[in-house]
Parts: sequence; structure tokens; C-alpha cells
Amino acid sequence: MDLTLRIWRQPDAESDGDFHVYAVKGISSDMSFLEMLDVLNEQLIESGEEPVEFDSDCREGICGTCGLVINGVPHGPERATATCQLHMRKFSDGETITVEPWRATAFPVQRDLVVERSPLDRIIEAGGYITAPTGAAPDANEIPVPKEAADAAMDAAACIGCGACVAACPNGAAQLFTAAKIAHLNLLPQGQAERYRRTEAMVDTMEEFFGSCTNHGECEEACPKEISIDFIAMMNRDYIRSKFKNRKRLGQKKVG
Amino acid sequence: MTLNSKVPSGPIEDKWETHKFEMKLVAPHNKRRFTIIVVGTGLAGAAAAASLGELGYNVEVFTYHDSPRRAHSIAAQGGINAAKNYKNDGDSVRRLFYDTVKGGDYRSREANVHRLAEVSVDIIDQCVAQGVPFAREYGGLLDNRSFGGAQVSRTFYARGQTGQQLLLGAYQALARQIAAGTCRLHNKSEMLDVVVKDGRAVGIVCRDLLTGEISRHTGHAVVLATGGYSNAFYLSTNAMYCNVTAAWRAHRRGALFANPCFTQIHPTCIPASDEFQSKLTLMSESLRNDGRIWVPKDPDDTRPPDQIPEADRDYYLERRYPAFGNLVPRDVASRAAKREVDNGHGVGPLENGVYLDFSNAISRLGRSAIEEKYGNLFEMYERITDENPYSVPMRIYPAPHYTMGGLWVDYNLMTTVPGLYAAGEANFSDHGANRLGASALMQGLADGYFVLPYTIGDYLAEHLGESLVPTNDPAFDDVESDVIGRVARLVGNKRGTRSPDHYHRRLGKILWDNCGMERSREGLGKALAEIPALHDEFRRDVRILGSDDGLNSSLEKAGRIDDFFQLASLMCRDALDREESCGGHFRVEHQTEDGEALRDDENFSYVAAWEWTGEGAEPALHKEPLVFENVELAQRSYK
Repeated sequence: MDLTLRIWRQPDAESDGDFHVYAVKGISSDMSFLEMLDVLNEQLIESGEEPVEFDSDCREGICGTCGLVINGVPHGPERATATCQLHMRKFSDGETITVEPWRATAFPVQRDLVVERSPLDRIIEAGGYITAPTGAAPDANEIPVPKEAADAAMDAAACIGCGACVAACPNGAAQLFTAAKIAHLNLLPQGQAERYRRTEAMVDTMEEFFGSCTNHGECEEACPKEISIDFIAMMNRDYIRSKFKNRKRLGQKKVG
Repeated sequence: MTLNSKVPSGPIEDKWETHKFEMKLVAPHNKRRFTIIVVGTGLAGAAAAASLGELGYNVEVFTYHDSPRRAHSIAAQGGINAAKNYKNDGDSVRRLFYDTVKGGDYRSREANVHRLAEVSVDIIDQCVAQGVPFAREYGGLLDNRSFGGAQVSRTFYARGQTGQQLLLGAYQALARQIAAGTCRLHNKSEMLDVVVKDGRAVGIVCRDLLTGEISRHTGHAVVLATGGYSNAFYLSTNAMYCNVTAAWRAHRRGALFANPCFTQIHPTCIPASDEFQSKLTLMSESLRNDGRIWVPKDPDDTRPPDQIPEADRDYYLERRYPAFGNLVPRDVASRAAKREVDNGHGVGPLENGVYLDFSNAISRLGRSAIEEKYGNLFEMYERITDENPYSVPMRIYPAPHYTMGGLWVDYNLMTTVPGLYAAGEANFSDHGANRLGASALMQGLADGYFVLPYTIGDYLAEHLGESLVPTNDPAFDDVESDVIGRVARLVGNKRGTRSPDHYHRRLGKILWDNCGMERSREGLGKALAEIPALHDEFRRDVRILGSDDGLNSSLEKAGRIDDFFQLASLMCRDALDREESCGGHFRVEHQTEDGEALRDDENFSYVAAWEWTGEGAEPALHKEPLVFENVELAQRSYK
């Protein structure tokens, strides 16, 4: 297939960017979207133009490195699919495709399609863990976890940290990312001791960097792992509780 | 140079306990006086950094990713082994040890493997405490499954995303230490060389991938947890950024490189669809628990798979290996698939695959049971191939996946450069000539959580009171000017015409054809002539546009490919030297009558550790003899 690409090019974080138009020909429909960009880059290099910078590592939809806004949609037209898992068969011959970086205040563009996403790491550092120093753990089967809870925790833990939720949000909010990690840990018995401390610290850190949630739901639509927006409700509930929970009694009575 | 493995004496069950007691300790108030550099944030690196930080050391952590969570450990699908015997099926530390030594075709160090099996149980405890959401039974206890190369169910898993969940556990532990200030993170920072002074590793030199700035970092010890080198083949299941540069630069500074020809070709990957393929995608080996592998008996059979009756199908693994069937180890399964495709039985548009069929399992267990176990893998397969594996058998073919070879390390995981450690896939230590499924995650975490935190202390205790080598020391000047020169040579080549990928593809093809699943004296000789010639052409002709003072992925790639060229020669050199077949190393000259690998224990029961002797010079071979006191050497049989 032959395609016209409108690609955002920006030399560095300080400079302004604009769209450049390129033609690529003879693209196989079995190619992935990023392989199509690889072909474009080979063409550009051979013709003496600097290749388009974009982030991509595992190309299996799990590392969360890649992420492009394709025709206005983070990760492109296919639902529940990271950019690297999107294939050209989802496009038609002769189509014009617009490719942009994530657009969010918290994710400044570094160059072309590459953005800086480290505020997501700051949220995890604030409390997205269970304090379990190496070597201190009891036998793994000492703590039974009901299958339903383990499965729900896994649904939330499937987040790949790509930032599509932020890019899709009109407010540039990171609620879905933050809620996914909070839910993963708060749903498990091991996560109870730090439950409210964790929730409060992570939400407060999130608010430092990102916009606020106004329930648009765009994040869930864009998420390549189909993380449910229900986790945001769970996070909000735990956040409010964190403000009046008597933490001295956390281990003594049923939490919930 | 004599290689001292430093394996403790005594019965194998007691070696690690004895060694832990005999190693020197660093008192808590002295730990903060030491700085440890950890390069790489995959399972081994993140686990080591977090654990060392918890102990109170100052840890400087480096990753070329934007976030430590993105290392390629994250893509491991199937699971992690541990000798918990939760299934009551006769597993034990001794059995995991035995399986791993046998699976590695008797080319690993017994003591290391036994330690790995011992700490495997602690890893699961640790990960559960961190909140890793492993699969559970309805009673709330942990579930297990079986995996290739084993007859017990000892594999713990989190859907098809076990690597992701284990890495997130380690990453979160690291995040906690970053917040606590014991670990300092340097992201988008690529290590380009090791600094060695008076024979000891004292620091590293890095390039900031966003600004191009070259920086110097000093430490009392350096840990390389920088992964494997399967990307030397260009097409592999590794991530795009995976490379050998950190390990190779350490090699050039004096660290011996062990068994470079021991590479693993994973049997269940999606076959390539065209020449622009940028990487291959693995389908977890766990699929072989329920999928049956077959090809049409008639090479000219063009019927769609569902119209080929049972009588016309050849379930070749079940036929040739009745005891293990579809669960034979990876090397055996891969070679068998190659044999079928080479004999014209390949399926798919390019006739480059074999079927992995779930129809029996679906009718036996129901579609929902299969969906529960493998749903995300089936989805991934469909996304890539546009075929639905619930109704059409998957097509699979082997692809480079893991490298058992790596930097030579002693029992303490220290390389031949004092103070320089290698952990995880970057070292050679535990898997011999073939790694068993679900053992890479185990080894990465064993090294990071439970080995390095002890052994590094033993080294540092001897250097108590020594201050850090200042970064303006001449040792740093020399290394930095080397690095700057290398970057400048690449970016300054204005006459180049072809992209770095162009050369990487060509190098990969030479390696795959001659040092892939089958190696021959003739092919390796040819590769050893072609690789340096292509390397020269690459250095003359590679075109890198743009500058070195900002984000420039062509420049990054070219530097990594430059090192792959030299490594590729060493892989072929090692493969040529090893006149036997073992595990993933199959020399056509050395096979049994029915085409299985034929080892030569009398002459090749050693680790081949290669010493760098200079650009263009023949590397020097050093041998560490392998002594087997606890496992009897036998021809591996999975029949």
C-alpha cells in the first residue's frame, strides 16, 4: 500500500515543531505501524534527511516505551492495542495518516515523537510499592489470597505505564495510571498495612504534576491494556478514607 | 591467567551456607561509605540495586530507558521456577538442581546451579510479599504449571505476563529506595565504558541520550546487569534496544567472555512475514503444555490445517520423544522444527513454520479454560498474524531468544576484573549450553536479591576506608577520551551511504546462517572471513545524520552494532573451537545416528573463557574445567 504521512517534527524541547509530509510506497499490510516508520526512516537516511525519532523497545506491547497519537487517537485506531502491536492492515491504501507525540503538559516533547514521562515514576516512588525488604518475607503460601482478589489485582497490575491515558485526557490527568497501581496493591492482603498512606501520597504526588480528572473516560478508551475506570472510583474512595482513617487500628479490624 | 572459580569446598548442599558464613561483612555504619554502580534495571539490576540500597550502600543506578520499568525482563511471559513442591509431585532443590544441570547439557558449574535452586524458594516468598499477583487456586494458595524440560509443575506465573509482574515488583522496590535516597537514578543514560585503575573497576563513562553529554561516575564496585546479546542476530525476540555494548566494553577492559557460542533459539516464535520484519515475537513456551506440534506428512499437502485428517499429520515431537512429547527442552524442540521445515514440511505462506494446535485441548478442557490460561497470548498472536488461534492452529518457528554465554564470573559473580560484577543474562554462570524455560527470571532475581548483596560486601570489606577514585583521575580521562573518539568517528563519517540497520541486517544474516541452529566448520570459517570484511565496510559506509549533542537514535544504534560485529566474530570463533555438540550449540560434524547432539565430555567439559587481546588480534582462550561430583554425566535423553 502507498501512504501519505503527516509527521510532527520538532528538533528539541525548546524549539517549535510542525508537521512534515512524507510519502511511503509499497508497504505490506502485514507490517506493524512502527516497521512502516522504520521503512520511512531508511528512506530518509538514504536521501540525506534526519530520521524521525520515536521511542520503541519491546515491540510486543508490554514495555510501554512506544506511544504515538495516530490520526488523533493515542496508540491509533485499534482498541486495546499499543502502537507497536498495531498493523498496517488496519489502514487503507492511499490513506493520509497523521502522527504526533503524546500531547500533555506533564510530558514535554524531547524531539519529534519522543516525550519525557518521568513524572509517572515520581508517583510510584511516592508509595507505589509494598515495603518488603529483601529476605524478610514469610513463606509464599502463608498469605492466602482469594482468587478473585488476585485476578482483580492482576487486572490493575497489567498497566504498562505508557501514558496513553494522560495523552487521551482533555485535562492531561494521570488518574487511570495512578489508580491502577493503587488498586493492584490495595486489593491484596499484603498491601493493607500501607493502604491509606500509599493512596494519600500517590494521589498528592499525582496532583503535583498532572491535571485533574473530570470523568471524561477517554483514558479507558485509549488504554492498550483495557484498565477499567472503576479503579479510579476505588482510588477516590480510598483517598477520602485516608483523610480520616485511624491508621493505628489498621491491622486490628476488617478493612474495607 | 588462571581462572579461579572460588567455589567453596564441602558438600554441595552446604557450600552456599558455609560461604555466607565465611564472607566478610560490612558494618551498617560503614555501608554508607561505599558507592556501588549498578548498570541496567531489569530483574537482576533492579533487584540488586534495591537490595543494596536497603542494606545502606549508596547506589547509583543507570538505565538507557526513560524509566527503570521498561527493561526487557518485562517481556518474559511464561513463568518462574522454584523448588517449592507445592504440587506434591516430587520436586525438591536437588531435583531442580539436577534438571538445570542436565537441561544445560552438563556445561554449567554445579555449585552455582545448586545455589540457584536453593534460593529459588526465597524468590517466590519475596515476590509474593511485594504484591506480585501470581496465579492462585480458589483456596487462595499459589498455582503452578509445568514447563518445557521438566516433569514436575514448579512454575509460578502471572497470566502470560510473569516477567512484567516480577519486574514491576523489583522496580517498585527500587522506587522505594530512590524515594529513600539510597539509590540515585540516572535514566536515558547509556554506559559506554568501564574505568579500570590498577586492575580494579572504579567507575563508568556514560552518554546522556537526550543531550549527548558524556559523564563520569565513580564507585567502589560496578555491577553490570545489562542483559544478553541475541540481537547480534538482528532478528530475535529481544527488544530493539537490547545490546552487548556494556558487556563488550568490559570485555575489552579485561573481563573474560565465556561461552559466547551458547545461544538459545526459542522454539515457539511467530515466523517472519517479510524482509522488513524488525523483530520476532515469542509465544510463551507454556503453550506447549496444551498445544500439540505437528506438520503435514506430505510436504506437498496444501490443504488448510483443519482439513488435514489425523492420519496425514505428523506429531513429530510426540513420535520421537514419547516421554516428554511436546515438552522437550528448547534446543531439542527447535532443531526438530528446523529439520521438518528443511525437509519441506513447513507450513504458512512462506512455508517457514510448524503448527501448534490447540483443538484437542479446547475440546478436552473447553474454550474458557484455554482462554483463562493463554488469552493474552492468543490475542497477541491474532493481532500480529490476523489469524484466530482458537480456530486455526498457530504457526511457529524458532528464533534467537536468550544467550547462555556472557561475561565469565566466579562463584561471587565477579568478573576477571576485581570489583566488576555481572548479573542476570549478562553473565554465563548457570545455564550451561541450554537454559530451561522459566529459569531466566529465577536466575536474574537470584543474582540480584540473594547473591550480590552478600558477595559484594565480602569484596568491599577489604577496601574499607578507601576513598572513591576522583573522576578527574587520569584513568577517567583516558576512558572518556576513548568514548568521545568513538562517538566522533561514527558521527563524523560524512561519506557514509547506508543506514545502521542495513548493516545490522546483513550481520544478522551471516550469523543466523552460520552460527544459528546448526553450525559447521565450513560455515563458521566463512562467517569468520565475512564478518570483519562487513565490519570494515560498515565503519566506512554507515551514514549517521545529525549531531552527537542531542537525541540521535542512529548514532546509538551504530555504536551498538559496531560492538555486535566484534562479538559476532568471537561467537563464531568459540563455535569453531568447540568440536562437539551440546545444548544450543549444534555442530553438524558431531551428532548421534538419530541426529541428536553428541557431546565430547573428555575434551570439552570446560567453560571457554576468551580474553581480548586487541583489535584484529586473535582472542586468547582460557579454560575453566567443569567438575561433576553430584550429577552423573549422561547422554541427554527425553525419549
